[in-house]
Amino acid sequence: MQPFAQHSGLVAPLDRVNVDTDQMIPVRFCRLLTREGYGRFLFYSWRYLEGEKPNPDFVLNRPRFRGASILLARANFGCGSSREHAPWGVLDYGFRVVIAPSFADIFYNNCFKNGILPVTLRDAEVDDLFQRTEQTEGYRLTVDLEKQTIANDGLELSFAIEPSRKHALLKGLDEIGQSLQHTDKIAAFEKAHPTQAVMHDPVDVIISEPKP
Amino acid sequence: MPPRTLYEKIWSAHAVLEQPDQPALIYIDRHLIHEGTSPQAFSGLKQAGRTVRRPDLTFAVMDHSVPTQNRHLPIVDDIAKAQFDALTQNCRETGVRLFDLHSRNQGIVHVIGPELGLTQPGLTIVCGDSHTSTHGALGALAFGIGTSEVEHVLATQCLLQLKSKTLRIEVHGQRPPGITAKDIILAIIGKIGVAGGTGHVIEYAGPAIRALGMEGRMTVCNMSIEAGARAGMVAPDDTTFAYLEGRPFVPRGKDFQVAVDFWKSLATDPGAAYDRSVELNAEEIKPQVTWGTNPGMVTDVTGRVPDPNSFRNPVERKAAERALEYMALEPGTRMVDIPLDRVFIGSCTNSRISDLRAAARVVVGKKVARSLKQALVVPGSRVVKAQAEKEGLDKIFTDAGFEWRDAGCSMCVAMNDDILPSGERCASTSNRNFEGRQGKGGRTHLASPIMAAAAAIEGHFVDIRQWGVNGAD
Repeated sequence: MQPFAQHSGLVAPLDRVNVDTDQMIPVRFCRLLTREGYGRFLFYSWRYLEGEKPNPDFVLNRPRFRGASILLARANFGCGSSREHAPWGVLDYGFRVVIAPSFADIFYNNCFKNGILPVTLRDAEVDDLFQRTEQTEGYRLTVDLEKQTIANDGLELSFAIEPSRKHALLKGLDEIGQSLQHTDKIAAFEKAHPTQAVMHDPVDVIISEPKP
Repeated sequence: MPPRTLYEKIWSAHAVLEQPDQPALIYIDRHLIHEGTSPQAFSGLKQAGRTVRRPDLTFAVMDHSVPTQNRHLPIVDDIAKAQFDALTQNCRETGVRLFDLHSRNQGIVHVIGPELGLTQPGLTIVCGDSHTSTHGALGALAFGIGTSEVEHVLATQCLLQLKSKTLRIEVHGQRPPGITAKDIILAIIGKIGVAGGTGHVIEYAGPAIRALGMEGRMTVCNMSIEAGARAGMVAPDDTTFAYLEGRPFVPRGKDFQVAVDFWKSLATDPGAAYDRSVELNAEEIKPQVTWGTNPGMVTDVTGRVPDPNSFRNPVERKAAERALEYMALEPGTRMVDIPLDRVFIGSCTNSRISDLRAAARVVVGKKVARSLKQALVVPGSRVVKAQAEKEGLDKIFTDAGFEWRDAGCSMCVAMNDDILPSGERCASTSNRNFEGRQGKGGRTHLASPIMAAAAAIEGHFVDIRQWGVNGAD
């Protein structure tokens, strides 16, 4: 995973509450077998008219927000389905930071697995950022994860983040690799608390021997 | 030891490693996977040269993209076929057990887990699907995860987790006739909101929850995620034990008794503290129908489409305006006056045998309204389908004009060809009324199986309480 330390970029406002992951990546694009290329599908139904023609009314299609890399959003961003296609799409579109008053749990968690920083700010602070973004063309912010701040000329906001999540994102840690370092502890746990799934009645299941 | 909640007991029994200020490494007893969110996890695993640690605790099923008719014919949808082939190949290479398209036990992952007895009290269960919360109905700790976490569990049989807060939702009183588990959970979401449970694990309690059968409890826990909570749970009791006894993966004879004794110890201790508590009275709950584009936008069937101006919060007002525009509804319209195009009875929320029995009792001897373009019944599993056919429910549905299909997620998620066309309006027993959820431009109204069944007969919603049918368990 790519690490995240500091990022400066153009801010795009998405002024909708409870944006669910079905809106981020509609399910018909969730049938692909890869992790790449979902940026094209991000907010598909809002972003495009028939024939994938950009909808001029959708905020991300406004020329002044082209190239935005910080998404300003409303409460409960990322609710609904656990599909990781949503953060894959957010990242592939070019966003490295999402700012909102609150996030849904699974999406929030999925962001950290993909090098996206979700920043939680107070309602009033988010309201203020929406105003600034609308009022100032080319409004940019600098997000510093180490210092836990968001800044622009004269404005500095600080945000809270769980220390372990911060650490993992700063380092771009491979979590699986980290957990595998505890293989001895996992094995000891399995010995002390054996868990099995024993089939007492036959069910119609395909069982293969794992390939060595 | 201080009194502990059900959640805390399962959590501490599964903590492989706990360090201050670090997420705990939590052991996973059952990992359920499906064709939709697992292929990238397997390729990631392969790329890193890693293996599946416990294929014997991993179970795969095809459900999201499966066709619900003509299952015996070759798959014509190339994209779906690629998903099935990838899952088959991944299971073959790693030794993961697979319930494929043709298995007699195939079905929606959250229907077959409990049905097979894979889901048991006290277990930790994860799946790359947000409705994994369903399994908490049996007193398991079960929650949805993303694909990166699927890969993590495949490799380590563990997950890095921060401890959640606890939310106790107590439903008092006795459920009136015609009120189902679906109405209870929609009323809860209406009360606490779609983010009301964020950061929490919900434990449902109180006499109205205790009085529900296992399948009703699954309906309630299923939609915990619609209130923002990753997991919902009900403490196991005699209803749970009776449901589990004799299922394929449940211990037998003396071992079953040992298991029951352990399961009994899981219930929250008297005096254990929760971070938050919410109370509802079941007696006050009326049949619920959603009017908007998230499950919190819900009202009584006797109610009307709200006026966005009645929302004080400007962000919510705007959301209501947008929702009404998408749903093509005028404020003040009576819920019973909204004409429907299609009815869908199915999904991991409401496709179990008790749901189908209840819906069949509503439609028996009646006909689907001529104004309806389609009325669809999709059993949650092939076992449910076979049981329903044994009871003649399929005949009741088809005689009334419903289509009777094979098992899968179907029109809840529209990943196969069961798609709600743009601009059409559907009464659905599923869990999400998000924009485009059942198909691009489709408009969804969530309701219980008996409400959806009656709506199919009339072509619009009706107050099912006036029909004198019971809401089953």
